[in-house]
Amino acid sequence: MDKKEQEAFAHKEELRQEFKKKTYIEDIERTIYDVKDADNSIYKTQEGLTEEVVRDISARKHDPQWMLDFRLKSLAIYNSMALPTWGPSLDDLDMDNIITYVQPNAKMTGNWKEVPEDIKNTFDRLGIPEAEQKESLAGVGAQYDSEVVYHSIQESLVKQGVVYTDMETAIRDYEDIVKEYFMTLVPPKDHKFAALHGAVWSGGSFVYVPAGVHVKIPLQSYFRLNAAGAGQFEHTLIIVEPGASLHFIEGCSAPKYNVTNLHAGCVELFVKEGARLRYSTIENWSRNMMNLNTKRALVEKDGIIEWVSGSFGSHVSCLYPCSILHGENAKCEFTGVTFAAKGQDLDTGASVIMTAPHTSANINTRTISKDGGKATYRSAVKVTRRAPDAKCSVNCESLMLDNKSRSDTLPVMDIEGDRADIGHEAKIGRISDEAIFYLTSRGIDEDEARAMIVRGFVEPIAKELPLEYAVEMNNLVNIELEGTMG
Amino acid sequence: MSEKLLEVTDLHAGVEGKEILKGLSLSVGKGEVHVILGPNGSGKSTLMNVIMGHPKYEVTSGSISFEGEDLLGLKTYERARKGLFLSFQNPEEIPGITVENMIRTSKQMITGERVKLIPFRKELKAMMAELQIKPEYAGRYLNVGFSGGEKKRNEILQLLMLNPKLALLDETDSGLDVDAVRVVSEGVAKFHNENNSCLIITHNTRILEDLNVDRVHVLMGGRIVEEGGPELVNEINENGFARILEAQAK
Repeated sequence: MDKKEQEAFAHKEELRQEFKKKTYIEDIERTIYDVKDADNSIYKTQEGLTEEVVRDISARKHDPQWMLDFRLKSLAIYNSMALPTWGPSLDDLDMDNIITYVQPNAKMTGNWKEVPEDIKNTFDRLGIPEAEQKESLAGVGAQYDSEVVYHSIQESLVKQGVVYTDMETAIRDYEDIVKEYFMTLVPPKDHKFAALHGAVWSGGSFVYVPAGVHVKIPLQSYFRLNAAGAGQFEHTLIIVEPGASLHFIEGCSAPKYNVTNLHAGCVELFVKEGARLRYSTIENWSRNMMNLNTKRALVEKDGIIEWVSGSFGSHVSCLYPCSILHGENAKCEFTGVTFAAKGQDLDTGASVIMTAPHTSANINTRTISKDGGKATYRSAVKVTRRAPDAKCSVNCESLMLDNKSRSDTLPVMDIEGDRADIGHEAKIGRISDEAIFYLTSRGIDEDEARAMIVRGFVEPIAKELPLEYAVEMNNLVNIELEGTMG
Repeated sequence: MSEKLLEVTDLHAGVEGKEILKGLSLSVGKGEVHVILGPNGSGKSTLMNVIMGHPKYEVTSGSISFEGEDLLGLKTYERARKGLFLSFQNPEEIPGITVENMIRTSKQMITGERVKLIPFRKELKAMMAELQIKPEYAGRYLNVGFSGGEKKRNEILQLLMLNPKLALLDETDSGLDVDAVRVVSEGVAKFHNENNSCLIITHNTRILEDLNVDRVHVLMGGRIVEEGGPELVNEINENGFARILEAQAK
């Protein structure tokens, strides 16, 4: 080649690199999540869990008496229950070393300017105020350690009677509603971590959408755990009254520490007759987090619950959002993606309980494991005798990117209703050499071919994610949005 | 004799230690159409895969050159960028990658030039219409749920859009009904001109009717055992490989 040809060749190579955007299937770019703030908290409970700790949290939060009683009852249940005997190992969790309550040095406010600089900077890095300003969110809640530090909602929604606030305010201002619903769907005796949650819960979000009101722009709560060795136990309670609709987004992250952090949140969703709720979560905890979260929805006649669930972070996760289809024609759509990399044991899936005629559920998940990661898909579908003509389709696919990684699929079905229409498809695979050969024979190099296949694998799920989270997905497998969605 | 494009010399290759190609030589000139005939299991598809650089196959000796340059040291994607194209006998189904996205990515990688979306779409749409592929297939996932005929037409679509110097067609016309064979044949004929070449494996002479075949090679037991002009196609079409097999037995 002469010099001119060489230059032309080099230029083409440069362009090719640019077209690829990013070649490797990387771990999530964690830099923005891993920035630790100095621990400026003004109060922490002692480590471990005792009645004294629970009473202390309750007093600091100015709980009404019924809530203190509820906490103490939950603590008794917690102490009487054993750890679950199935699922990932929880050996790394030592409750005696978890700080259950960390009060940030900030009062809840509706003005970012009043949020302390270090905390505001953290949420800035995560892009929360920016999304709010661009009006891609109709309301924002931001929790830092154990307390919500910022909350806002558009004026027009307030006028229509929509309530979006932190749980503490809700207990004060909407005590009757909270009392009626709080931990009725996930009772403390459900499992040990539900009991723990009932005893030490703090923060979270309360949303109430009155009948017939459509909240067109999503509301989002973001949970950030900054303190080392702490637990976060936020409670989310959402009530969507008949004929109303809402899209709620939840995001979570934490910087990495060498000690174990615990997240045992609880989400209770009430979807009334003809109502519709979409609940999207992007969970991106650091790799020292035990994520033992419980989420449940109760759906009445003609109601629809849609779950979109992305599990990318944590050391160990157990997460199986549950939908109880309680009224005729109630529907559940579950869309989930889980990515387990080195040192991660992510046990995720969904559960559906169908207790009324003509209910239907659609579960669609993708799991990826790489670099020794372990991803388990676990689901339970129960169709009771009271639910004839139920329809359920489960499609779970797993992709292992190398020989060190592991993937398991554990779907359980228990069908008692008449004329049930049940479909199940499970696939576990590796990237096929033939697929790589096909793409490379079209001039695409092996790394890019691999990335294209992985992107393609999660594409049906990725397009369900809220757009603002596409960036996080991008960091994961570099979803080429214009190519796959345009 | 025209300018050499592909030159295979005394090629020995196999898979998992089993030799399939046993000293195969053949040469394709620029602008030429060559046909390879041979019984099942004679090594036809292996030859195509080895020329394209499938990592599963091991070349033990011999050489393959393209435009005078050694191909064996190059990876599959590099061979594609040099201007080789393989139309697969059984194209892979790849979920999540659309036909349009794949062809556009491919074109950018091969040419090393930006392929602008709007003109590309226009060209793709026109080409699809010509191959009687429904326009919505541009947005479908690669070969997923395609019928046999649709997969083959999709291969020809890529051939026309990527416009390689050498098209390796591995039974592109097999398993198709009469209409689909016609569409595929016309597609190949449309692709071919004096600046590119075709190396075709086929059991069906229909695909050759729209093309001027320059040379026919008969492949048996991993070697070329007979070569001739287009008349060889007709002979084998009528009488099978009996005469050649007999000659080999001697």
